[in-house]
Amino acid sequence: MKALLIAECRDGKILDYSYELFGFAARLSADVAVLLVGKEGELPECGGAVYLADVAKYGECNPDQHKLVVLAAVEREKPDYVVLMHSSYGWDLAPRVAAGLKVAQLSEVVAVAEDGFELPCCSQKMRRKAKPVGSPVVLTLQLGAFPAVKPGGSPALQRIDVEGEGKVEFLGYEPPPPKGVDLGRAEVIVSAGRGIGKKENIEVIAALARVLGGEVGASRPVVDSGWIDAGHQVGTTGQTVSPKLYVACGISGAIQHLAGMKKSGFIVAVNKDKEAPIGEVADVLVVADVMQFVPALTAKLAK
Amino acid sequence: MKILVCIKQVPDMESRFRPDASGVWYSEIDMAFRVNEYDEYAIEEAVRLKEKLGGEPELTVLSLGPDRVVEGIKKALAMGCDRGIHVQDSASQLKDPWQIASAIAASARGENYDLIFTGLQSQDRGSAQVGTMVAELLEYSCATTVIGFEYAEGSVTVKRELEGGLRAVVRLKTPALVTCQLGLNQPRYPTLPNIMKAKKKEILTVPVSELLHEEPRTVMAGFYAPAKKGTGVVLEGDVADQVDKLIGILKDKTGLLR
Repeated sequence: MKALLIAECRDGKILDYSYELFGFAARLSADVAVLLVGKEGELPECGGAVYLADVAKYGECNPDQHKLVVLAAVEREKPDYVVLMHSSYGWDLAPRVAAGLKVAQLSEVVAVAEDGFELPCCSQKMRRKAKPVGSPVVLTLQLGAFPAVKPGGSPALQRIDVEGEGKVEFLGYEPPPPKGVDLGRAEVIVSAGRGIGKKENIEVIAALARVLGGEVGASRPVVDSGWIDAGHQVGTTGQTVSPKLYVACGISGAIQHLAGMKKSGFIVAVNKDKEAPIGEVADVLVVADVMQFVPALTAKLAK
Repeated sequence: MKILVCIKQVPDMESRFRPDASGVWYSEIDMAFRVNEYDEYAIEEAVRLKEKLGGEPELTVLSLGPDRVVEGIKKALAMGCDRGIHVQDSASQLKDPWQIASAIAASARGENYDLIFTGLQSQDRGSAQVGTMVAELLEYSCATTVIGFEYAEGSVTVKRELEGGLRAVVRLKTPALVTCQLGLNQPRYPTLPNIMKAKKKEILTVPVSELLHEEPRTVMAGFYAPAKKGTGVVLEGDVADQVDKLIGILKDKTGLLR
């Protein structure tokens, strides 16, 4: 069995989570070839075939051409699986590759089942199992679902060059919004989720943060609704945090949020939905209405 | 100019999900359905573009599924779309993304849409494939995870959201398809007059069998709750009691409270 792993580069550097692709290949006991649109000075730390397409020619954000590069590597390697991360790069590129190969794609794989793959669904509350028909199969992996593995060794470099025009023109990167608060250094973070109900209730969360000597964090919907500025956002597209105590208030637990906070020392979740995915990572799940529980907790702590 | 918005109906995510008789998807019994959240951003962005261009573009909303999805189409019409297409499919939950994309592409082919808006993903299936596959099938340019959208004189410039708050700015040639990420805009609530006006707008019904001739590439094989890790403490019941218990645990386990 062979897997073609599509590693990912940004600003010329291989992204760390690309090594989770090797962890997945090890789970399948698959032989591995790697493809990277990158540069020679920054190859993955592994043995075996590494296909390199020159990022100076193809760019980092040019999915039509990246698709052609992947198709060329598939032609040479004849893999059983083409594997990407379920990242902004992976979910953008994978369906193009699957459509190009006219094959199945399974998105955000979290586990390998006996006769298929396990995928999250219903906003991470449920799992489903799916079996691909035909070969090869394009897979994207949930970030963090498989261990990062650096196999070591010397790559056998093979260059890939394809012809064809992309329909997407990359104009540049825009930096993240300025951090309103450095959540990375906070010992305690009390975060607000959509379950707080309205903007005015941020103050209830802030009051608990004050009494615990911590900072206020937020999940994405709270930022998107304009209840708090983006500098407070915790998650894949915000800040990654690891405080001693993380209190998630009214946060259901989208995977992007969990990825940003699950390394916290102790996690308390307050949510009226006992089934919410945040319960999976919480050390304590308080099943309650945030607006009843949090003020009561703050009042008791303030005494 | 012609614009298409593709939307899906999904259950309220607060619902309790249980397997249906097939065992491979959820039971719809007692489920309240609404427009997929990501798709609301897609509708809003399309309507804003129509308004910005003086109302000239014709804005079509398409939804594939059983008869209940007409409610979602009506909401989009009340938000400002001009006409609806209901691709009637009482077994849509069993179709894979490739089949759904093929049916949508078949409907769109020959219509010469300049722009297609979809959500980044559905909240229930979450595969994030359909929009991009529609673009591939129609050979449209495509950008995903869009949190900023500008259209000027036939050119589309979007911001794509990447990890860590970074954004990529890309320009697309039309015809183009974009998949919309949360935060792109603030979707409007339909007003009562617009809900009344929407009742008069045309909704075309097309049986999926007229559009879909593709076999599935993936087979659904199970639907279940994730295995519980079972390590966490669950506090239920009286709030005052929960507060006391939590403070006790925090004193015990974190060293942050004295």
